[in-house]
Amino acid sequence: MPEPDPSATPSGAIVLASQLALGIALLALWQTLVSVQVLDPFFVSRPSDIGARIVRWITSGTLWGHLAVTLEESLLGLVAGAALGVSLGFLLARSPFLAQVLDPYIKMLNAVPRVVLAPLFLLWFGLGIWSKVALAVTLVFFVMFFNTYQGVRDADPVLIDNVRMLGATERQLVRHVLVPSALTWIFSSLQTSLGFAMVGAVVGEYLGATRGLGYVISQAEGTFDTTGVFAGMTVLGIVVVIVSAGVTRLERWLLHWKQ
Amino acid sequence: MNALELDGVSRDFGTPDRRVYRALDGVSLAVPSGAFVAIVGPSGCGKSTLLNVAAGLLSPSSGVVRVAGEPLDGLNRHATYMFQQDALLPWKTVRDNVALGLILGGVRRAAAHARADAWLTRVGLANFAAHYPAQLSGGMRKRVAMAQNWMLDRGMVLMDEPFSALDIHTRQRMETELLSLWEGRSPESLDRKTVVFVTHDLEEAIALADEVVILSAGPAARVVAQHHVALDRPRDLMELRTASAFVDLYRTIWAVLREEVIKSHRAAEGRRA
Repeated sequence: MPEPDPSATPSGAIVLASQLALGIALLALWQTLVSVQVLDPFFVSRPSDIGARIVRWITSGTLWGHLAVTLEESLLGLVAGAALGVSLGFLLARSPFLAQVLDPYIKMLNAVPRVVLAPLFLLWFGLGIWSKVALAVTLVFFVMFFNTYQGVRDADPVLIDNVRMLGATERQLVRHVLVPSALTWIFSSLQTSLGFAMVGAVVGEYLGATRGLGYVISQAEGTFDTTGVFAGMTVLGIVVVIVSAGVTRLERWLLHWKQ
Repeated sequence: MNALELDGVSRDFGTPDRRVYRALDGVSLAVPSGAFVAIVGPSGCGKSTLLNVAAGLLSPSSGVVRVAGEPLDGLNRHATYMFQQDALLPWKTVRDNVALGLILGGVRRAAAHARADAWLTRVGLANFAAHYPAQLSGGMRKRVAMAQNWMLDRGMVLMDEPFSALDIHTRQRMETELLSLWEGRSPESLDRKTVVFVTHDLEEAIALADEVVILSAGPAARVVAQHHVALDRPRDLMELRTASAFVDLYRTIWAVLREEVIKSHRAAEGRRA
């Protein structure tokens, strides 16, 4: 395979420096526009206030409890959604009849806007974490389901024939070819799934909860506290960037054979 | 005894417009145990179908396949299959790929790895045991596939244009390595394996095989001729192609194959028109 031209891919340090410069420039612009009174801080707050608010949350310790709840809900939603999605994906990929029977129902369910479900889940599972976990599950499930289904169905027929000729039983075929083939699809969708899990958790909290980042944001909105809203969104954004960097490393480790 | 017999084998496929496409039409063929038989024919003549039927990956629509005298039912457990495309598992290391057949057969991992390593040494890839297929060149991947197939204790290897995707020099090196494996310059393969080698390249067929079988242009391919290749072994592939016996044989067989190639060109043009 041809090596990529090294001059075409800028080094990590330059990318990082440019990323930081872009962020600082945008924040500076925001801050300036507010201080010269082009923008009204009542509507858009200002970066210095938002930063101060986040620092206060951290030093007073209120942030960690909310963050922990959101992460817990996301993680539970991710795990449960993945377990359900992967099992059903595998089952339907191996049973074309069942896949055809269930196809319209799966499409219908996937078309339901999740926000519509949130009040129902509140009713069924209460104000605690489980209504948020359920919402995250409905988002993660479909990503995992479609990727697993595709991964199993897309397994290279030549690989399957070769392994069968080498003497594989049906179970060995599943283990050595179909599962790894599906895993490559599942791993490469981890990033999306995790993002969806967090969206599910935060939206759930936003619509009715007593803890979590979504709850913090909705409380701030209720009192027209734009600084609080932006601070909550900023924390959420930073957490997503950190977690997704972790997922990227995990993905690279899991798919190290891909080069 | 014949390792493989095809007796009046036909194979039909359904086409998308609900007609029947007959790929093979009454093919009869006998491959003696330990022989190297090449099957040659124009592109699209059903060579791969023939090999898949011999492997048990496809069942014949009519006719009988016998392996070691027994009618074939299901997969051919006396054979391994070397595919035209890459068939190594990309998520397994070279060592695990080579050892796969043994592991599937219930051999313990450590023992399977030890034998895989010995075979990797034989095909000159000892230093690449821990690599993944994506890290190897096309020729190296073919060598891994050869080790994977040859290591198993099966009497027959079916090969479907295994080297056709390689450049000409790599290809000649692979052919030489294949012959040295088959001619048994090694302690493990005292009994020669039966090889059924499908190719569209007549030169390759004559250089490698004892028998060259010519299939007619498809559809409804039949065996149109079979030639014995009376060239001494071991063969030196670098010199062989210019030897007069080789050139004579090539001319004789090409006279037959040429007709089929022309027919297949005409058929292709007919489809285009």
